[in-house]
Amino acid sequence: MAAETLMADRRQLAAAGSPVLQVQAVHKRFAAAGGEVEALRAVDLAVARGEFVCLIGASGCGKSTLLRLIGGFETPSEGQVLMDGRPVTGPGPERGMVFQDYGLFPWLSVRRNIEFGLVARGRPRAEVRTTAERFIEIIGLARFADAYPHQLSGGMKQRVAIARVLANDAAVVLMDEPFGALDAMTRERLQDELLSLWSSTGLTVLFVTHAIEEAILLADRIVVMSPGPGRITAEVPVRLARPRDVVSVPFNDLRRDLAALLHGPAP
Amino acid sequence: METRAGTPPGLLAAVFPAALLALWWGATRDAPDGLIPQPGQVLHEFLDLAGLLGNNDSFSGTLWANLLASSERVFGGFLLAAVVALPLGLLIGQVLLVRRMLDGTLQLLRPVPVTAWQPLFLILFGLGSHTALLLVTLGCFYPILLNTVFGVRNVEPRLFEAAAMLGVSRAAMFPKVVLPSALPGIFTGLRLGLGFAWVVIVVGEISGVSTGLGAMITDAREVSRTDVVIAGMVTIGLAGFLSDQAILLASRRLLRWSPQHGG
Ligand SMILES: Nc1ncnc2c1ncn2[C@@H]1O[C@H](COP(=O)(O)OP(=O)(O)OP(=O)(O)O)[C@@H](O)[C@H]1O
Ligand SMILES: [Mg+2]
Repeated sequence: MAAETLMADRRQLAAAGSPVLQVQAVHKRFAAAGGEVEALRAVDLAVARGEFVCLIGASGCGKSTLLRLIGGFETPSEGQVLMDGRPVTGPGPERGMVFQDYGLFPWLSVRRNIEFGLVARGRPRAEVRTTAERFIEIIGLARFADAYPHQLSGGMKQRVAIARVLANDAAVVLMDEPFGALDAMTRERLQDELLSLWSSTGLTVLFVTHAIEEAILLADRIVVMSPGPGRITAEVPVRLARPRDVVSVPFNDLRRDLAALLHGPAP
Repeated sequence: METRAGTPPGLLAAVFPAALLALWWGATRDAPDGLIPQPGQVLHEFLDLAGLLGNNDSFSGTLWANLLASSERVFGGFLLAAVVALPLGLLIGQVLLVRRMLDGTLQLLRPVPVTAWQPLFLILFGLGSHTALLLVTLGCFYPILLNTVFGVRNVEPRLFEAAAMLGVSRAAMFPKVVLPSALPGIFTGLRLGLGFAWVVIVVGEISGVSTGLGAMITDAREVSRTDVVIAGMVTIGLAGFLSDQAILLASRRLLRWSPQHGG
């Protein structure tokens, strides 16, 4: 099944024009105590513009490593990562990253955190202000615009972290288990908010999760990875209409298929 | 651990000094001319030192001039230390080459106490307020330097990544990320430094100067005026406390964002 869907998707991608992101024959090895760790082996991945892709896999299979390579925080040992056809050489504002631990600047208010990238890139003051205002409105934190990160809940912090990369014109948003530390209710709300942001913009999202349900709920396509060494073992398109019903039959079928891909088929 | 709610913190803070005072009072009650003066006598002397009683012994009314002289040395020495230690600390923290060059020397000199430097300073800079001021500078120097280096070296690595992906260049990392991150450490250093300055000043004024609270205490000891000695100690305590409060106020304003410092 995996091979067929892979083929189907290759065709789909070809039709959609050149992919915004390409990972080509990437290997990644880390020096570790007592030798080397092969974190990724021969990884190929293409992401189309506007696509929502979820990366899923067991702990240690290299999801974070792959995302960090795309983000430009790590360099591949072999192979290359292309963004809009050009090799990635380091982090950049066109590839916004949302960290699980938020990574907000504690000395800046919500507003200043959202303005940060625009200011760093020397955008005119008027643009900075109106853009920040717009995103504060979108994430519903107008009342907290002047609060500092330590005064916010985890969900609020993650909204700010998302807003600051979107305000900064990121074309691709890389999210590493962004909702993993949040309670279930907050997580569901943020999933909805993320989907509506994504569908109202031309955004491309690459989203790491280890929750199968989250992946099916969000993704156009789910990329399954396996450990030892980390590699892509399947790509599964999700052809369910949104909003998706988590208790529907096709949803559950997909859930079962993915569980089998991840843990081996059920007995 | 939080104490019971409802007890005003000011009241709580007053319990221990009040107990000490009572102990002192009780211990000296029957000996008005003993080696240790009574609290009332010290208060009386304090007022006389401040020139409020119109007495005319050799210490009457000298408190303000001495306090001013000490304050000048304390703040002068502190500022001098800050002016040198802050940029140096930023440099050592940020630039590997400078760290490799200076770290060994600084670590070797660090254990040498201010009192050990004093004879050398007296020879180098002579008797006078220069020496006292420079001793204060030395006393403030290490707390400010080490905490600044610590602040610069302990920036949360995630913040560099966040800044880089938002478009901050390598060159701009220092003002955009390092400096604000290091600010709490810098303030800790300044606070410790200024606290130390009030400790060192007494040492610095023991010999070679005729003004200052340290000189006043030394003079009083030589003529067995223990009441003046204790009044001088209280003055130093109060001055140190007030200058610490001033730094705290500044850090509360500047570090409002930090749960450990703000509010
Ligand atoms: N900086 C590093 N140095 C050495 N080894 C590393 C480094 N980063 C990752 N690894 C190793 O690479 C492998 C993949 O790690 P990675 O963090 O990418 O996994 P993951 O899929 O994100 O896991 P999780 O679901 O637990 O977050 C692991 O074996 C890990 O120990
Ligand atoms: Mg991970």
